[in-house]
Amino acid sequence: MANLKELRNRIASVSSTMQITSAMKMVSAAKLKRSQDAIVQMRPYAEKLTALMGNVTATLDASENPYAQERPIQKVLIIAMTANRGLCGAFNSSVIKRTKTVADQYEAQGASVAVFTVGKKSRDLLKKTMNVVGEELEVVNQVNFEGAQRVADVAMQGYVQGQYDKVVMVYNQFKNAAVQLLQEEQLLPVQPAQSTEGQAGDYIYEPTKVSLLEELIPTSIKSQVFKALLDSQASEHGARMTSMHKATDNATSMRDGLKLQYNKARQAAITNEILEIVGGAEALNG
Amino acid sequence: MALHVDILTPEKSLFKGEATAIQFPGTEGLFQILTDHAPIMASLAQGSIVIDGASGRTTVDIQGGVVEVSNNVVSVLAR
Repeated sequence: MANLKELRNRIASVSSTMQITSAMKMVSAAKLKRSQDAIVQMRPYAEKLTALMGNVTATLDASENPYAQERPIQKVLIIAMTANRGLCGAFNSSVIKRTKTVADQYEAQGASVAVFTVGKKSRDLLKKTMNVVGEELEVVNQVNFEGAQRVADVAMQGYVQGQYDKVVMVYNQFKNAAVQLLQEEQLLPVQPAQSTEGQAGDYIYEPTKVSLLEELIPTSIKSQVFKALLDSQASEHGARMTSMHKATDNATSMRDGLKLQYNKARQAAITNEILEIVGGAEALNG
Repeated sequence: MALHVDILTPEKSLFKGEATAIQFPGTEGLFQILTDHAPIMASLAQGSIVIDGASGRTTVDIQGGVVEVSNNVVSVLAR
């Protein structure tokens, strides 16, 4: 009979886990919708910015800009973007793994590597093994442009002051709810914008073309970080939704198996009891 | 012929619509754009964009940014 009680307890615990995972799935699905909307909202701005950059750089060499100078790579900053929380499949660990391989690559070339972590997970896991120079946790909860600006400012200041010769971002790009593409993207030095022919119209530039470019380049760096953060956020919710869906499915099949076992044990117990009663009655009659 | 105005930030669109005249807080001082303005690209300082349209006057506050005008299409990348 102890077996019956044990099974009952296990069924109860699996069911309550299932409730949690399915609730988490619902929450992530709702948040995913919002994150996807934010990406869509960002798109016209990004497109316009690229067009303006292309226009200005079509007739002007951008390589003079302090953010575009190619230097021999001695110090590299890696911005690793993860979530603040776990339970989202391979989302965090893939970023961490990639960060380590990228760091190894640069170290093999003789460069020293520093890491800036976005999100609690990358901070906690990379702190022990790597040179973590800064962290940003707030922006992961609610991605906004100010947060992206904070991250971008660290990279931009370090780059201009010569602390870093190259800045790369490692993050998950959002493809759809089930698929995230792990990306390694160069942030600094700025890669020259694709200047398409015929894009440069006869514009009046105010104050000057050079100062406009000085305004546009930092803006585009910030928006690149912002886009990466939005992608990472949407990917996080997508990854969590998928993994919680799987967890719920697994819990369901586990609970069904346990229920079957429980019912079998219960029937066996009843049959046993009846046999005992019948046996007892026959002994009295005989 | 009216101006098509689109004021964008990375997070959302602040204004989208038609206007007859728009005043900008340029880094070199205030300036106004009317219809059929020559193509211009200008950086903006902190201040407010004043849009005069058919339905009256709208004011949008920005922290800075860039404006591009060409063919009566005004796009503002604001901060």
